[in-house]
Amino acid sequence: MSDIDARRAGTPSLVSIRDVKFGYGSRKIFDGVDIEIKRGEVTTIMGPSGTGKTTLLRLIGGQIKPQAGEVIVDGSHVPRLSRQELYDLRRRIGLLFQTGALFTGLSVYDNVAFPLREHTRLPEKLIRNIVLMKLEAVGLRGARDLMPAELSGGMSRRVALARTIALDPMMIMYDEPFTGQDPITVGVIMKLIRQLNDTLGLTSIVISHDVHEASSISDYLYVLSGGKVVGEGAPEAMKTNESPWVRQFMEGAPDGPVPFHYPADPIDDDLFGMVSA
Amino acid sequence: MTTILRDMGRWWLGIMARLGRSLIFLIQILIGMPDLLFRHPRLIVVQLYSVGVLSLLIIVVSGLNVGMVLGLQMYNTLVDFGAEAALGPVVALSLVRELGPVVAGLLFAGRAGSALTAEIGLMKATEQLAGMEMMAVDPIRRVVAPRLVAGIISMPLLAAIFSAVGIWGAYFVGVGLLGVDDGAFWSQMQAQIDWRDDVLNGVIKSVVFGVVVTWIAVYEGFDSIPTTEGVSRATTRTVVSASLSVLALDFLLTAMMFSSL
Repeated sequence: MSDIDARRAGTPSLVSIRDVKFGYGSRKIFDGVDIEIKRGEVTTIMGPSGTGKTTLLRLIGGQIKPQAGEVIVDGSHVPRLSRQELYDLRRRIGLLFQTGALFTGLSVYDNVAFPLREHTRLPEKLIRNIVLMKLEAVGLRGARDLMPAELSGGMSRRVALARTIALDPMMIMYDEPFTGQDPITVGVIMKLIRQLNDTLGLTSIVISHDVHEASSISDYLYVLSGGKVVGEGAPEAMKTNESPWVRQFMEGAPDGPVPFHYPADPIDDDLFGMVSA
Repeated sequence: MTTILRDMGRWWLGIMARLGRSLIFLIQILIGMPDLLFRHPRLIVVQLYSVGVLSLLIIVVSGLNVGMVLGLQMYNTLVDFGAEAALGPVVALSLVRELGPVVAGLLFAGRAGSALTAEIGLMKATEQLAGMEMMAVDPIRRVVAPRLVAGIISMPLLAAIFSAVGIWGAYFVGVGLLGVDDGAFWSQMQAQIDWRDDVLNGVIKSVVFGVVVTWIAVYEGFDSIPTTEGVSRATTRTVVSASLSVLALDFLLTAMMFSSL
């Protein structure tokens, strides 16, 4: 057992996903997935597009239910929770959407104040202080009067992050936080994820397919493919992982266990009319 | 033959499923209603502005136009019988009983209904509704219910304004331009229009239209496929089904109110 495995064994899990199966109609997304998210860590779930990484977040957030298996968050079985219990749990979980999902009708300030106004009865003066502190944490205190339409993609995500931490959640889930951002923004978001996790004592789940970014901020990595976990480990260990799935993914090889070609008839048949078109 | 039957069956099942879903949706809205009315009445006020106040212009302009045309047409018919003094009650009856609620309902479906569907549909497409749900805020209570209430409050008021402006338009044409007697116009109107039979029935109609149009609009938006095409189709569906519902319900309500069918 390596040092990391030993440390992980001693840390309690905040999220346990055990033998989860899920699919839409006949299309299987998960076929027996096991994932443990340890408290206080940044865990990254990686995998090619279409492997159900976002679906995983929806399972944890209770927006969908698994067809088999267990999803346990902070001791409660998410699929068995009543609506009220689920809402109580969600207050303690933040989800940062890929698009930010800011309310376009509200200003930056009101967006961040939204969860506070909905869930607390704090006086407006106190809400103002909290909002400004959260915006300060993401470096956008000066942008508080802007409307979402006036923000760049990276700024939107940072505002959404400020809104996510407004209620001081125990865990934040990031859905593809780096996708489509310029290198500076990627750097800023990486720094924020790590910094918020450590200073606020959070647990973070990052969904990503950006290998280098994800490796450099994570404590632990999972690689999903074909509905299963094909590799897991600390970032250093993953670099030397022998599994061809993990190898292909970490190195970005175009062909491998994940084929370059979408399944099709042999090209000779297709081009020379052996099969009727 | 079997294909046709199968398609018809599927079509019918689709309609029934949508009807069922929209009913469950309405019940979910009603469950959240006390919370909205007592804890967040401000949300309704904001929606009253965008659903009601912003529809005022089209309602006033159309009402004026319809009233003026009615005044002209009715005058030409009535004057042949020497009964042009009856212009007031004829115009007022048509507006208060029928045209006010129905035309205002159709305009409301086009102006406010389409806007509601598009707004909610786009909120869904940009994950704002999902985001709200993940923040433990129920989008049905927070987004949908205030819009439904605002629609139900606005519609009868808009229909009343439509009728009032229409009567004023007919007055302008009839009395101002065509020389109908001023006193006769108003006094006959006052004498012949019954508060309960005419005015109240018109108000009931407009309340029913308000409920149906807004319900269709918020449901279509909430149930839309969250893509550009899905939202545009939902918006079209709102205008078409809401308008047809207004017309169909108008016939039903008229039959119930004004005849002994």
